[in-house]
Amino acid sequence: MIKVENLTKRYAGQPAIRDLNFEVSRGEIMGFLGPNGAGKTTTMRILASFMPPTSGRATIAGFDVFEQSLQARAHLGYMPENVPLYSDMRVTEYLRYRAALKGVQHRRITERVGDVKELCGLKSVENKLIGALSKGYRQRVGLADALLAEPDLLILDEPTIGLDPNQIRQVRELIKNLGEQHTILLSTHILPEVEMTCSRVIIIHKGRIEACDTPGNLLGKIRQAGGVILEAKVGMDNGADELKKISGVREVITDGEDDWKRFSLRVESGVDVREEIFRLATERHWAVRELTQRRATLEDVFVEITHSDQA
Amino acid sequence: MRKFYALLSREVRGYFHSPIAYIVLIFFLIVSGIDFYFQISFMNQRQVQYTVQEAFFNSVFFWFAFVLIFPLITMRLFAEEFKLGTIEPLTTVPVRDWQVVLAKFFGALVFYVILWIPTLLYFAIFLKVANEPAAHSAGAYAGSYLMLLLLGMFYLSIGCLTSVLTRNQIIAAVISFCAITLLFFLGLVQFILLDVSSETRDLLGYFSAIEHMGTFSRGVIDTRPIILYVSMTIVMLVLTHHAFQSRKWRL
Repeated sequence: MIKVENLTKRYAGQPAIRDLNFEVSRGEIMGFLGPNGAGKTTTMRILASFMPPTSGRATIAGFDVFEQSLQARAHLGYMPENVPLYSDMRVTEYLRYRAALKGVQHRRITERVGDVKELCGLKSVENKLIGALSKGYRQRVGLADALLAEPDLLILDEPTIGLDPNQIRQVRELIKNLGEQHTILLSTHILPEVEMTCSRVIIIHKGRIEACDTPGNLLGKIRQAGGVILEAKVGMDNGADELKKISGVREVITDGEDDWKRFSLRVESGVDVREEIFRLATERHWAVRELTQRRATLEDVFVEITHSDQA
Repeated sequence: MRKFYALLSREVRGYFHSPIAYIVLIFFLIVSGIDFYFQISFMNQRQVQYTVQEAFFNSVFFWFAFVLIFPLITMRLFAEEFKLGTIEPLTTVPVRDWQVVLAKFFGALVFYVILWIPTLLYFAIFLKVANEPAAHSAGAYAGSYLMLLLLGMFYLSIGCLTSVLTRNQIIAAVISFCAITLLFFLGLVQFILLDVSSETRDLLGYFSAIEHMGTFSRGVIDTRPIILYVSMTIVMLVLTHHAFQSRKWRL
């Protein structure tokens, strides 16, 4: 659906993205992650044919976004960052106008506009001026707009930014449902979102792709694959040393001022050491009040990748 | 064509959604009303060689209001879209750049025509009250309004070009105002520089909006100004199109 080859964009000589290569196949939900200024919006704008790349090429459904921009755009539903809208138009009026621009057949416009309003929960504000809408509703108008022409591909730049937790959940559900029929490329800061919705993830940092894989594989790759938290009263024992003897434990960090010590254990990936810890604790008569396994999150992956060269 | 129509209707509606439209309409109606009233009261006091209609379209009032309205009409066209970022959703749907440029131009032209419709009423009222027509012939009306349309097209296309060059509406308005006023005074040079050669004066005379209006409002339809203004409008719109596309240049 999307094919990007050696895509580079420079602003006044400063590279914003460098030699990007990736593919998104039909039916995938691709998450696009990266710190601010990493080049996410630039990449999406190039894909939406809003600006040309400095070099390299990108195709959507086989059409070059620069050379055959019109055909490429016809396959695309794009929701720009911050969703710029005409504040002097009413919601229905705006969506009808956008549907006409996207070439939705005249007799289907009313039906399509009705459908997307239903889907995005805009029924209650359909006659309001867009300028009078809250951020959340504006965001939904942008999403409704992207869906109007039933495009094969949706490119959503930060679709959940500025929404409250309930709205985020709604949009997440919506995106998941949309993923059944559409190919989606979305960027976001909210990592649990990506973990829950995306089938693959690209992590971009300083204009380069640092990682591209399924969320599961990414989690497996990083050093801090997981860990165990133990909170126990160890008495006179040196808890850390004892714990280190358990096979699979790589590192133990001790916290806590009083009798209760908190141990954070780094463990080799795929090893569950909780049973061993329990055995040790009963042997030594430690009082235990917490023993939990902490799963690595995409946040850990993100932090590790994007911080590696700053430390 | 449907896409063009959608763009055009959005442009025209855009005018009436903003206070600018009403400010321009009211300002223009006041000035042209005063113009009409003064011309008639002036003609009531002495014998003149011209008709009410000729006087109306050739007075200082008329030209004053005339050059002022174009920047107000055109400044928002592109600059506002750049400023609000709405250019991004607009250029990422499958519409062609020239469709956008033409829709904006014709949207402005439609508003400009709407601006002039009330003035038809002046002549109707005059006919009713004075019981005689305000002009010698129907051709004089046709000529005046044709000239208005031609000048309007040209000046609006200049406004389109200045608006596409900046994201600041005020800058767009100032540049187009300067350009239009300069062009307008170019036509006046022939009355001021009496010592330059007659060829130069004749040449500049070809660009004189005042002279063109004088001719057309007498009902004399000259093809030279028609060609001048239509071709200049096309040139301006082509330049606008290029400037609009410049965002896609690979630099």
